[in-house]
Amino acid sequence: MNYHILREIADSWVLLALVLFFLGTIAWAFRPGSRGTHQDAGNVPFRHEDAPKPDCRTCENCTCDVPPAFVKEVRK
Amino acid sequence: MWDYVKLLALGLIAVLAAIAANYARDPAYLVHALIIMFIAAGMFVWTLRNTEEPKPAAAAPVGYNDGVVRAGVIATAGWGVVGFLVGVFIAFQLAYPQLNFDWAEGYANFGRLRPLHTSAVIFAFGGNALLCTSFYVVQRTSAARLWGGNLSWFVFWGYNLFIVLAATGYLLGATQSKEYAEPEWYVDWWLTIVWVAYLAVFLGTIIKRKEPHIYVANWFYLSFIVTVAMLHIVNNLALPVSIWGSKSVQVFAGVQDAMTQWWYGHNAVGFFLTAGFLGMMYYFVPKQAERPVYSYKLSIIHFWALIFLYIWAGPHHLHYTALPDWASTLGMVFSVILWMPSWGGMINGLMTLSGAWDKLRTDPIIRMMVVSIGFYGMSTFEGPMMSIRAVNSLSHYTDWTIGHVHSGALGWNGMITFGALYFLTPRLWNRERLYSLSLVNWHFWLATIGIVLYAASMWVTGIMEGLMWREVDANGFLVNSFADTVSAKFPMYVVRALGGVLYLTGGIIMCYNLWMTVRSAPAKQTAPAAMAPAE
Repeated sequence: MNYHILREIADSWVLLALVLFFLGTIAWAFRPGSRGTHQDAGNVPFRHEDAPKPDCRTCENCTCDVPPAFVKEVRK
Repeated sequence: MWDYVKLLALGLIAVLAAIAANYARDPAYLVHALIIMFIAAGMFVWTLRNTEEPKPAAAAPVGYNDGVVRAGVIATAGWGVVGFLVGVFIAFQLAYPQLNFDWAEGYANFGRLRPLHTSAVIFAFGGNALLCTSFYVVQRTSAARLWGGNLSWFVFWGYNLFIVLAATGYLLGATQSKEYAEPEWYVDWWLTIVWVAYLAVFLGTIIKRKEPHIYVANWFYLSFIVTVAMLHIVNNLALPVSIWGSKSVQVFAGVQDAMTQWWYGHNAVGFFLTAGFLGMMYYFVPKQAERPVYSYKLSIIHFWALIFLYIWAGPHHLHYTALPDWASTLGMVFSVILWMPSWGGMINGLMTLSGAWDKLRTDPIIRMMVVSIGFYGMSTFEGPMMSIRAVNSLSHYTDWTIGHVHSGALGWNGMITFGALYFLTPRLWNRERLYSLSLVNWHFWLATIGIVLYAASMWVTGIMEGLMWREVDANGFLVNSFADTVSAKFPMYVVRALGGVLYLTGGIIMCYNLWMTVRSAPAKQTAPAAMAPAE
């Protein structure tokens, strides 16, 4: 196991794997049906400004187990 | 029981530090051993006085853990002013060498103060800003309290102890001569421990999050923490000469050492000063503009493209050296490609304001953030350009590089941090608003004009210097000596120092404004009962 073997692997399979992973992330970002997820994620900073989300196991009247709106749309 | 374990550990550390001070081979090591001895002894006495005392039944902690964020805000503002002040002083030292006083020779001359300035602004000001904003943001976007209880306090105090050890070490001459990685071996080991704790707190909070999605700001913060850990360990592989002295010897040598250093150095820029601060941008700009980020898809691509490309850009610091051509070309090509994700991120930050551009007129905080993103765009264009070998042959070793670094550091890192501090202070101390918006305006204009003076004078002097160095007469002899360039640069050095004075003045105004916000701005009326009123 010397430098040249590592270099050989890095220049071929590792390079291919990294490029495919990178292209995969772009494809993943543009995957169909992701708009709702992304809109929901973009709104994360505007929730729970003052206090953490209550734990649903200890809170009876909470609505926190209700899935986000876009999930319901898909289910219908 | 826990108290006795603590007493034993603290006592042991104090005794070992005393032994180390006794055997110390150099002044920096001696002073550091004494600092650690006094801290450990002080904590020992404090723990001893509280041992076996009846403790009030601790209520389960509720809400967010904001105490450590408040401490981080104070540390950021304080270290910021210290770092700017040292910067202004060394800028005047360059213009007026008489300021390298004879009586302070070996302690406060330019060579000793310069690493103090860079570490104070990058690691003390920038590092504390990243610590406190990451703790604030990860709690809000995970909808969960910070993981690990008092571990976050250990991270805060441990990190600031690292800064004190690094700063005193520089003044006393302990340095391993690696830019931005100057601290010696035991300070590096300490930072490694603190950093692992930081990663645990951050990751622990993400793991117990109540939001299904990990918000993009946290991705950037996490990549900053993980990559800095990797860079720090690899670049600081060194063998101490003696366990009783600060001197160490690098494991790498020659061009391998240089490549490792600039792989570290450029990724310190890429992941400490860029990825971490982009985490700040992706939270505070949408919050201040009161609208979600322009495109969440773009932010995902921005993240992956940035971290995939940045890691390769380091060799552009070593053009025309012993580094092989292929490595230098690789660094150049990746630096140029890096322009694209950088501008993608800039567009994403700026366009977050689309439909709310009127806020620029009324809200000086959002103006600060927008100028910050503007400088991010400018320096991420300038950087790739300077990494091109032909441009680099003119710009390298000149003040152009210094100007480039400062338009990024003062413009991008400084301004986004100021914006975050103005955002955080009223919220953390439960105040209705800031003490004075017109003081924010003053800060904004002083800082902006200061940066413009700084960057413009460094462009002029850098390009002039580069052209003077390469000027040859008809017979092929160099026209200018090095001293000719030094005297030609004098007026630009004075302008640069004055720009620094303006920036420092803005920082002092900010500290006054934040202080008065906590002291005298009206408390928020709709505060929930759980929050204790300040004072």
